[in-house]
Amino acid sequence: MSRFRPRGDLSLWLGGALVATLIAAAALSLVWTPYPPAAIDIPHKLAPPSAAHWFGTDNLGRDVASQILAGSRISILVGVIAVGIGLAFGVVLGLVAAFSKGMVEDGIMKTSDFVFAFPALLTAIMLTSTFGPGVVNAIIAIGVYNVPIIAKLTRATANGVLSREYALAARAAGRGPVAIAVDHVLPNIAPALIVQATIQFAIAILAEAALSYLGLGAQPPETSWGKMLADAQNVLYNAPRLALYPGIAIALSVLGLNLLGDGLRDALDPKLKARS
Amino acid sequence: MLLEAADLAIDLPAPEGSRRVVDRISFSLNEGESLGVVGESGSGKTMTALALMGLTPEGARVRGSIRFEGRELVGLKEEAMAELRGDRIAMIFQEPMTALNPLRGVGAQVAEPLMLHRGLAKHEARERAVRLLERVGLAEPERAARSYPFALSGGERQRAMIAMAIGCGPRLVIADEPTTALDVTVQARILALIDGLKSESKMAVLLVSHDLAVITGHCDRVVVMYAGVIMEMGPVEAVLREPRNPYTLALLEARPRPGAPRGARLKTIPGSPPAQLKRREGCPFAGRCALTIDICWTTPPPEVAFGLNHVSRCHRARELGKAR
Repeated sequence: MSRFRPRGDLSLWLGGALVATLIAAAALSLVWTPYPPAAIDIPHKLAPPSAAHWFGTDNLGRDVASQILAGSRISILVGVIAVGIGLAFGVVLGLVAAFSKGMVEDGIMKTSDFVFAFPALLTAIMLTSTFGPGVVNAIIAIGVYNVPIIAKLTRATANGVLSREYALAARAAGRGPVAIAVDHVLPNIAPALIVQATIQFAIAILAEAALSYLGLGAQPPETSWGKMLADAQNVLYNAPRLALYPGIAIALSVLGLNLLGDGLRDALDPKLKARS
Repeated sequence: MLLEAADLAIDLPAPEGSRRVVDRISFSLNEGESLGVVGESGSGKTMTALALMGLTPEGARVRGSIRFEGRELVGLKEEAMAELRGDRIAMIFQEPMTALNPLRGVGAQVAEPLMLHRGLAKHEARERAVRLLERVGLAEPERAARSYPFALSGGERQRAMIAMAIGCGPRLVIADEPTTALDVTVQARILALIDGLKSESKMAVLLVSHDLAVITGHCDRVVVMYAGVIMEMGPVEAVLREPRNPYTLALLEARPRPGAPRGARLKTIPGSPPAQLKRREGCPFAGRCALTIDICWTTPPPEVAFGLNHVSRCHRARELGKAR
């Protein structure tokens, strides 16, 4: 298996390039798109790719290239906020669990297991059907799913650090748990968290696409790659390429983030590299 | 009396209930005195040291009494204990590679207790840290303070650990195998450093080691532990010159001797220390002792006193003295 994996620095650079492209596309769409992404132009509907419309137009005559650009914005927004929610709550809960032991630790970890037991998409569908569809609720739903993953990782890696002698030495110097958590535990578990956050970012993009495809995420006139897929489904036999563009965009983004995660892991933690 | 432990017992959680790793030991330590604790792995010496710091592992039960500067430490609240740690009682760890955080600068780690206990501002603590690093004999203290632990050698790291420990002027320094991970030459220099600091600032030192040679030159008194029990205790010269316990004798004989004939085998103690420390009858060393008699299997040996502060726990202690 390992023989066929790209070398660490290769995945780092390739992944980094793909993610940078994604970010650049989102940044560009803030100031410029070839056409307003939601502008309907029925006379030119389902136009093939041309100089005027690089990727053609969809069944309502909207410019596909503009939509792809605008869609990257939602993907990044969802990724950043959902992973942010996961990190903010997960790290704190994981650290509290690692330091407290006993009842508190059991409580946090059992609750994490409980939340974790539901598939991500099911959780998201449940939350969006309760609180209504929309990007904000989709983000919260995906973020909630991230919390137990980060909490478990934080607790496990923090326990590893706490069993090291320098954690004991810090206690022997009279330092309290908060100081030890901030000064000793966090810097040492940061690599693992960064790598996991990258992977969760990719999962968040996929989840948002799935939710929007199901009509539970982005609502018109917002544009999202998942919604584009859903729209393309109606004209799949007439213009299959319409499903191709958002599909490729999603696939490349997720691939890029996964490669970046792999590359970062190899770069940040040589010990993990030896094992893989 | 700076430190007095009485009937100190430590139980660790184990699958079969609990394991007694330290069994009702009593010892004391005066201001400026140094006490050596020797014993094989698993004799309970490290656990004793951790108990003095209130750092026994999760689930451990500590019973008996530890009085430090007249204050009872057993059962003391964690916050109160944390105030003592690094200030009045400090600890030097065995492995300087793992006892320093690899991701923080050495200077910052040495400055930490000063900011915590003395309320020094960051830059003041930082300056003091550099002076401390100089005091423990680091050639370029400024550079060492800026370095990360990986950039220092083992001896330099242990010096930094010592600087971290003595920063607040502790009355008691617990050194748990401070030189085991170091080369012999470096070892001698580190021990000399600890001696020097001790006489300079009149702090007491509890030196834990499995190496009798380390204890010999650097301690006033010695405690010999086996299977969680104190086998013999007394002034270093008395214990080494006239051991009154077969276990101490066996340890002394197991030392490599310079000038021994070529090909001579190193003496060892047959068997291994008891793994299960259940409540036992008789002497813990009975199974491995060369002098075992019937009573050793059935009755715990009494404490027999010899001269000033020299005690041995052996049924045949008096005979042993005569035989030599």
